[in-house]
Amino acid sequence: MTGVPLTHILFVSTALFFIGMYGLFTRRNMITMLMSIELMLNSVNINFVAFNKYLFPDKLDGIFFTIFIITIAAAEAAVAIAIIINLYRSHQSIDVEDATEMKF
Amino acid sequence: MSNYAYILWIPLLPLATFLVLGLFGRKYFKTFSGTIGTASLLASAVLSIVAAYQYFFVDGKVNGVYEKIIAFKYTWLAFSPNVSIDMGIIIDPISVMMLVVVTFVSLMVHLFSLGYMKGEERFATYYAFLSLFTFSMLGLVLSSNIFQVYVFWELVGVSSFLLIGYYFDKPSAVAASKKAFIVTRFADLGFLIGILLLGFYAGTLDIGILIQKLTNAASPEFTGMATASFLGVSALTWALTLVFMGGAGKSAMFPLHIWLPDAMEGPTPVSALIHAATMVVAGVYLVARLFPVFSMDASALNVVMYTGAFSALLAAVIACTQTDIKRVLAYSTMSQIGYMMFALGVSKYGGENGLGYMASMFHLFTHAFFKSLLFLGAGAVIHMVHSNEMGDMGGLRKLMPITHIAFLIACLAIAGIPPFAGFFSKEEILTAAFHSNKMIYGVALFTSALTAFYMFRLYYSIFWAKEAHVHDHHGEGTLTMKLPLIILAICAVGAGLVPFSSLITSDGAALETHVDMIFSIAPVTLAVIAILIATAFYKTQNDKPAKAAAAFGGLYRAAQHKFYMDELYIFITKKIIFPLIGQPIAWVDRNIVDGFMNLLANTTAKISALIKGFQSGKVQNYALYFFGGVAALAVVFIYLWK
Repeated sequence: MTGVPLTHILFVSTALFFIGMYGLFTRRNMITMLMSIELMLNSVNINFVAFNKYLFPDKLDGIFFTIFIITIAAAEAAVAIAIIINLYRSHQSIDVEDATEMKF
Repeated sequence: MSNYAYILWIPLLPLATFLVLGLFGRKYFKTFSGTIGTASLLASAVLSIVAAYQYFFVDGKVNGVYEKIIAFKYTWLAFSPNVSIDMGIIIDPISVMMLVVVTFVSLMVHLFSLGYMKGEERFATYYAFLSLFTFSMLGLVLSSNIFQVYVFWELVGVSSFLLIGYYFDKPSAVAASKKAFIVTRFADLGFLIGILLLGFYAGTLDIGILIQKLTNAASPEFTGMATASFLGVSALTWALTLVFMGGAGKSAMFPLHIWLPDAMEGPTPVSALIHAATMVVAGVYLVARLFPVFSMDASALNVVMYTGAFSALLAAVIACTQTDIKRVLAYSTMSQIGYMMFALGVSKYGGENGLGYMASMFHLFTHAFFKSLLFLGAGAVIHMVHSNEMGDMGGLRKLMPITHIAFLIACLAIAGIPPFAGFFSKEEILTAAFHSNKMIYGVALFTSALTAFYMFRLYYSIFWAKEAHVHDHHGEGTLTMKLPLIILAICAVGAGLVPFSSLITSDGAALETHVDMIFSIAPVTLAVIAILIATAFYKTQNDKPAKAAAAFGGLYRAAQHKFYMDELYIFITKKIIFPLIGQPIAWVDRNIVDGFMNLLANTTAKISALIKGFQSGKVQNYALYFFGGVAALAVVFIYLWK
């Protein structure tokens, strides 16, 4: 296992995570926020695969988790998009700041 | 034993009427709601008479003794296998007699009200209330469980409250209904504690089992109750005295009588029904219902006896001085109920000694007829004169001949002149008192003479004396007003001839009684003398009453002010109870109990005001808090957790 050390990969995944987090906090468009969440999930996936590959090469647990997360992310995206569509229908907008009915 | 299940319909018919008239009466049956109420009560009355016939003459008797029959029983609330609140129907001589009395008098009152209340705005409501009252009273007399008695007891209290306050736009009627309700509620507190004591020691609330257990002097329940004591008085005496307190409240016995005269603010037929014939004898009925238990405890019976005798005398003295005709009748009712009470007090259980019990029930029976007749007669007079005051009446015998004759018969009956009904029952009471307690006998004799005097004072003031200026614009009243007077007058003559002693006795076996001519001389002579005095005083207007009043001086004034009982009560409540007990408790409630609750609420409100800013409704803020929390936890776990 030569070439790329583990830390490089962790740099990439950390960067990806905080890019996603930044997007989640700054964007008001819900689609963009959803995409940011996907970014964060993927950074976690990278972590899982990297740790599995570098630390426990004879095991597959990390890979399994990654597959699991990808599946969940697909389902979550479907649900989130359904919510967004309904929000659009009722508010004519997908800006999170426009939906304030449940505020105290 | 044959089937008595149909008795269930007797109370249920008035209940159905109440529901129908109460819900739909004002809208749909405005004019003929009276007819509906009267018809349904007629059915009840017929059923009652059939039941009485079946019980007394066909199949109630087993081996010469009238049995207690449980015609219907439904366990409503079971606390344990032995203790339960049932809804049942008990059939025994007194309950059957009360059925007949209540339905019959109620029917007369329904009939009378058709004319008396005609044109009232709340005519349907009036009949709905009457039906509710009749239902409650019938439920009360049929109760087989002492808690069921209590339930119906309160229902009777409520319907009485509603009927006294029927003219709710009149402040005095509102005050009277409140007074009646509060005084009887206060008495019911004692009743409830008494019930709980009896239930606790006897381990049951069923009247039959309760009597069975507590009349057996060897049973563990009885010995337990007779030996347990509080303040030197046995638990049995406490329980019975407290139960009697409830009875005294409803029956207007001293010192809880103050509500009865004020209750006359209700419509007059209501007074005839509730405050003459039915509700006020509920206390007597209650003592009679538990009489086997009362007879085991001499001190409780003594309380009943002295309270009854004192109330009888006190009320008779007050009645001599009142000028409102309905108040005179109210005090006379209180006096007659005092008679019934002390007759129970002097009685023992079973055989010859049970004479007082039988006499009391007999007097209850006859009194119901002539007293409701007096009230209905007074109602007819008030209907004519539009006033309750004696001063506005006089010389009405020519204008209202039927009322006049009926009223005279009732007065003779209550005065105890043979052969009218009151004579027979009063004789039995006096005989029972004579054989038991000479002092009570003396009081009873004197009261009996007073009764004759004030009744004839009333009679002469209404129908003789001066000629009142009355505008006779609707005659004596409609047929429906005259008919009950005639029927009740016939009953007031004939009710004394009922062979009561062979039907209703303390142990159910027939009792030999006979009217002793020599014994009757004293009361009848006294009554006749009293009537003659009343004739001299009041038949024509003269100054003798004023002179007599002056001669009695202080006593007269005290009696006229009802011996300052109301003032005493007001003094006790306003000067002692309110400032010394009520206000401190109110202060504690307002400042400590409420204060604590307000503190809790205010603290919660303040804290939530502080933290509600976090609930901004912005999803990204939430996400920020979430990641902040995760980061904080990460710091804690990585660097601070050792």
